[in-house]
Amino acid sequence: MKRRTLLTAAALSLALGAPASADDPVKAGFIYIGPVGDFGWTAGHDRARREMQEHFGDALETSIVENVDYGADAERVMSQMALSGTDVIFAASFGYGPDVNTVAGRFPDVAFQHATGYIQDHPNVSLYDARFYEGRAVLGHIAGNMTETNTIGYIASFPIPAVIMGINSAYLHAKAVNPDVNFRIIWTFSWFDPALEADAAETLIEQGADVIMQHTDSTAAVRVAEDAGVMAFGQASNMVDFGPNAHLTAIVDRWAPYYIERVQAVMDGTWEAETAWLGLADGIIEMAPWNDRIPEELQAEADALVAAIASGEYHPFTGPINRQDGTPWLAEGEVAQDSELLTMDFYVEGITQDLPN
Amino acid sequence: MILGSINPAVLLAALMVAATPILLAAIGELVVEKSGVLNLGVEGMMIIGAVTGFVIAVNTSSALVGFIGAALGGMVLSLLFALLTQVLMTNHVASGLALTLFGLGLSALIGQGYVGVTPPRTPKLDLGWLSEIPFLGRALFSHDIMVYLTIALVAGVWLFLSHTRAGMILRAVGENHDAAHALGYHVKRVRTLAIMFGGACAGLGGAYLSLIRVPQWTEGMTVGAGWIALALVVFASWRPWRAMAGAYLFGGVVVLQLNLQAAGVRIPVEYLSMSPYLITIMVLAIISSGKARGSLNAPGSLNRPFHASN
Repeated sequence: MKRRTLLTAAALSLALGAPASADDPVKAGFIYIGPVGDFGWTAGHDRARREMQEHFGDALETSIVENVDYGADAERVMSQMALSGTDVIFAASFGYGPDVNTVAGRFPDVAFQHATGYIQDHPNVSLYDARFYEGRAVLGHIAGNMTETNTIGYIASFPIPAVIMGINSAYLHAKAVNPDVNFRIIWTFSWFDPALEADAAETLIEQGADVIMQHTDSTAAVRVAEDAGVMAFGQASNMVDFGPNAHLTAIVDRWAPYYIERVQAVMDGTWEAETAWLGLADGIIEMAPWNDRIPEELQAEADALVAAIASGEYHPFTGPINRQDGTPWLAEGEVAQDSELLTMDFYVEGITQDLPN
Repeated sequence: MILGSINPAVLLAALMVAATPILLAAIGELVVEKSGVLNLGVEGMMIIGAVTGFVIAVNTSSALVGFIGAALGGMVLSLLFALLTQVLMTNHVASGLALTLFGLGLSALIGQGYVGVTPPRTPKLDLGWLSEIPFLGRALFSHDIMVYLTIALVAGVWLFLSHTRAGMILRAVGENHDAAHALGYHVKRVRTLAIMFGGACAGLGGAYLSLIRVPQWTEGMTVGAGWIALALVVFASWRPWRAMAGAYLFGGVVVLQLNLQAAGVRIPVEYLSMSPYLITIMVLAIISSGKARGSLNAPGSLNRPFHASN
């Protein structure tokens, strides 16, 4: 009974509060899967939050909760945010999907922005994502050229479309410049576990990889690569400090312009649910400065590839591409549809390992 | 299938490294539980050890001093637990959980200026001709000193618990604190010392992660290692050598699955990672059925608060 009264009171104050408080700052809440100090994925979102805070000044109030697990924890944190008058909630991880939609159903006046998700059950849930596969294509191109052992190690987190897409994109572009290239992939089933990622990197190096790619959030693999004298790519943030020699480049996430645009819409009262999938063209991702050890011609090629993707002249998934089992996927010149990419659950032809279920 | 690319010697070597941090924390917690105290704050003490060890190692440019600092850091945090549970008579479980949360937060604060810093290297121990032995040299005799110290510590704890008078007093306190008290032993003093030992060991385990295995400071970097250590103690049914076997088994599962994956063998990673916890749950289930309790060796007064007036 008590709880119901509380909820009603909160809902009333929300409904009444909105028009009356034009001068009050808009409140934006962020929930993160990892610590803001991961120097990777979560750090990227928090960098954007701070940039946005600076942009809006007193007109915006932001709050964060880090290290929030998927499920009941996330639901509790988001409900708490909604009850304390937050206008827009950014849930910055794939796995929050079900929780975002549960809470969004309960608080129809709060705007929800879910990163990299696919579930949109309510009109107040927006999805946003970056076309990381565009950056992965550039990494693959560089890795294929730079490897001497023709073995590239890949530390992957969970077998979800975003990660599988990245592996395929990197492989296709490494293979294009180096037909002998071979990918060794380790799944950690975790986004953030420095010790496990370090062990995975060591295992890959031991098994002959001289370039390490990662789709996990910690900086451990870059550090291990530096110590072992091999090459690596950072993830989500520029990780060059952790491996000045090893770090070739990184896909750096820049969510700030998008965050500013969306919060502005909340302030103006024009916010509407949407599905945004932005890439190199929108500046939502960019490549960290090339390492000097990358030969100049290759740097120029990489620059050209970035430009071609950004201008829309080239799509990283352009046929002919076969599935791993040899069946055709894209015909000559055919470009992958977004819907196909967002549900990708297969490796492309040439990758020898099996995809976990 | 390219199993040929897996080098068994390297696998064994990696297993020992992967097992060391959890073994350090587990052997400390084993002594704590043997004295009748359940400290669920292992994770918090580990991460505090990881950060204090890192900060001190960086500032003194010595990994060894860092490890000493980590042990002290873990011990200081464990004293807080001792104060709560032994002096203020609070609930062990709640205090331990609070210790973990506190440790995670405090470590993030302490480590703020140290993200991206490279710690001083811990040199590999030079074992001369031993390291030259084919296979065994690479697998067993090419590690840093902490790997061997940890094994020595396990031997020491075993010796202490089973062959020394002090060890027997500690066990008596853990088995039946009222009887031990009646015999004139200082239950709280023994338990406080055990808690401090556990804190120091957990701190060392954390520092092994931040100074050797990863090696860098990252917030929240222990990611559950402390909980694995707690599970290990139960898994080992409170016997030091079994704890070591369990830690190596656990490390082995982790390292083996990584190697098999990299070699392209299709394995159910989720189930493999789950297996140590499943075994622990089974052990716990057996313990809770009264009859088997004795055979599993659980300390009689474990998690029972002691007050002289009882």
